[in-house]
Amino acid sequence: MVQDTAVQQGPVYLDANATEPLRPAARAVMLAGLEQTGNPSSVHAAGRRARIMLEEARQTMASAFGREADCCVFTSGGTEADTLALHGFGRAEGRAILIGTTEHDAIRKAAPEASLIPVDGQGVIDCMALEEMLAAHTPGTGDRPGPLVCIMAANNETGVYAPLRDVASLCRQHGAFLHVDAVQAAGRMQERDEFSLALKDGSLAGASLALSAHKMGGPKGAGALLLPEDRPLAPLLPGGGQERGRRGGTPALASHMGMAAALEESRKQDWTLLEALRDELEGVMVQAGALIMGHGVARLSNTISAVLPGVAAQMQLMALDIEGYCVSAGSACSSGKVARSHVLEAMGQGEAAGQAIRVSLPWNAEAGAVRAFGQVYALMAQRFAGRGLLKRSSLQGGGRAT
Amino acid sequence: MRILVAMSGGVDSSVVAALLKRQGHEVIGATLQLYDHSGPAKPGACCAGRDIMDARMVAERIGFPHYVIDAESRFRESVIESFADSYARGETPVPCVACNQGVKFTDLLNMARDLGCEAMATGHYVRRLEGPEGVEMHRPVDRDRDQSWFLFATTREQLEFLRFPLGEMPDKAHVRALAEELGLDVATKRDSQDICFVTNGSYAGLVEKMRPEIEGPGDIVAEDGTVLGRHEGIARYTVGQSRRLGDIHTGTGERQMVTAIDVPSRRIIVGPRRKVTSDEGRRTVRLRDMNWLIDAPAEGVRCGVQLRAREGLRQALVRPLEGNRAEVQLDEPALPAPGQACVMYEGDRVLGGGFILA
Repeated sequence: MVQDTAVQQGPVYLDANATEPLRPAARAVMLAGLEQTGNPSSVHAAGRRARIMLEEARQTMASAFGREADCCVFTSGGTEADTLALHGFGRAEGRAILIGTTEHDAIRKAAPEASLIPVDGQGVIDCMALEEMLAAHTPGTGDRPGPLVCIMAANNETGVYAPLRDVASLCRQHGAFLHVDAVQAAGRMQERDEFSLALKDGSLAGASLALSAHKMGGPKGAGALLLPEDRPLAPLLPGGGQERGRRGGTPALASHMGMAAALEESRKQDWTLLEALRDELEGVMVQAGALIMGHGVARLSNTISAVLPGVAAQMQLMALDIEGYCVSAGSACSSGKVARSHVLEAMGQGEAAGQAIRVSLPWNAEAGAVRAFGQVYALMAQRFAGRGLLKRSSLQGGGRAT
Repeated sequence: MRILVAMSGGVDSSVVAALLKRQGHEVIGATLQLYDHSGPAKPGACCAGRDIMDARMVAERIGFPHYVIDAESRFRESVIESFADSYARGETPVPCVACNQGVKFTDLLNMARDLGCEAMATGHYVRRLEGPEGVEMHRPVDRDRDQSWFLFATTREQLEFLRFPLGEMPDKAHVRALAEELGLDVATKRDSQDICFVTNGSYAGLVEKMRPEIEGPGDIVAEDGTVLGRHEGIARYTVGQSRRLGDIHTGTGERQMVTAIDVPSRRIIVGPRRKVTSDEGRRTVRLRDMNWLIDAPAEGVRCGVQLRAREGLRQALVRPLEGNRAEVQLDEPALPAPGQACVMYEGDRVLGGGFILA
């Protein structure tokens, strides 16, 4: 996993939260899946064979989160899983929708009418505010069911974990349905992270989970929505009634097999090695003048959101890309234009929202390459300082203490 | 050397990038996103959404990094808003000059420096020559494609850093052939021409939408105040124009031209063309925001001046004034439009220029 081989061919890839490199186990089962001619819905032998493979993948996905196989609805990815949850549990059931302010666009753009749950300066959901919002929505008047609350387990930009156990408990108290966007957290689970703890103690037993294959080291274009129990759900795509009527369309067999294999492999990884490498790099970046967003709270083991005060994110991305390092900023539109980070804006970081880059170590990060990146980053910061770009900042958020 | 190429997605800048890459330079491509492309794209003007993708494809095919720079808000303020303001003052602005001056040669150029580039190249048709006293700007070899008038506001410091490889090209066919040879699939694209951000309808419609206070019809009057006709909005007129005046010339018995635009009364003032163009009182023009590409001589410089984008030279004496202004004494009377540029030439060399004051 974490290796200490210095020389690497081509650019160094440090943008795992955008997409993880394909895991060998995923690749192997996908090749087998691609060989299958049958449609899982067909009655003949070829169809039955494909069906078995699909159901094995479903079993793997569901049991990894302690659920029955039929709770797993395969989708085209995280965005579809999120949208299906909003549609099936939200609009179709007439629930009001509450979402975190720092949610991914998969949620934000699919629920423009939603009420926003604020976060604090570290990006952690404000549970007091959530409680007030839930109290205002508590059912009792009329037949309207409790609201749908959508919270991401870990933020894609900062890696900050949501206090899922507290959130789940509040939702239970107020009769709200909880949907967790677990896209970033699901393939990077450690024993003690908040998502794992919330799964283990049953806090999320009543929640739906959105998953994405390529954030776990599987292929792009596959995902799943895990329901709390095997139940009907109003589909976005009725189609031929596949996925027990909850998602029409022939499932992408090979991709779903790849997702299941990637998830299994991710569970075997010792993430503490990656975390140590991340912490080391973070130290170097702070020395060079970076401020780390969400520094004081629990985060994904692989993620760094670093503000270089006074230097536009776009400029940093270009400078690092030219040196052969792939990192990213808050969000990029399809044209490649870099926009301000709505996540850091929601955290009250003001100007810094346009000056942060995200470094996210892939599951197979090489120590030598990560250390080389640290040096290049420091040199870049030095050069920008020399050109008078770097500002001493009064930002909160922390980092200099390390 | 490491060189940033400003790429529009069109043929010209793609050829520049490919040429520099072939010469062995470390090329970095950058395309400015200047406005929202959600409206209907206008393929004939530069920088439509499609063009960003074209630029990316060219960069990927040839093998150099390419970035899209968000310059939307800066472009809106420094180009589109001031374009509308200028019309609302009764002037006729040149938005391309403002864009070159600000977004391209200030913002993008600074970005190039920040990235450690030693130069920035564009697809403009103008020549940069090393003279005995530093860099000089000259008209391009291909006179049909001359863009020097639009680039007069380039400072000497900027010019030092810039490169214009197409200034040396003999003609457009040569550039297209080069594009084909370099394997660029943009080789058959149309040339860009119009005001790029007017994507829908006319520039006047856009200005009237942005500055509704100047929208609406008004009187066309003679210099003595006699009403001669009606017009449909002052943004549709430029000082010096003879068109769009309806049948006024048949009424007055001779060809008329616009001599002034009075914004508060929304009046277009006209005079007989024959009289106006020979009026000895119309030989002095004052300029603001001068950019000198030579050391401005206190006693003034005799040179040719060009008062519009497509027009010949007029002989004049240009003298610098306080406050970055200048006074132009034309040998023959003329009727330049406020807001347009007055660019000074000596032979092929650009000596500088400024914006015409009312």
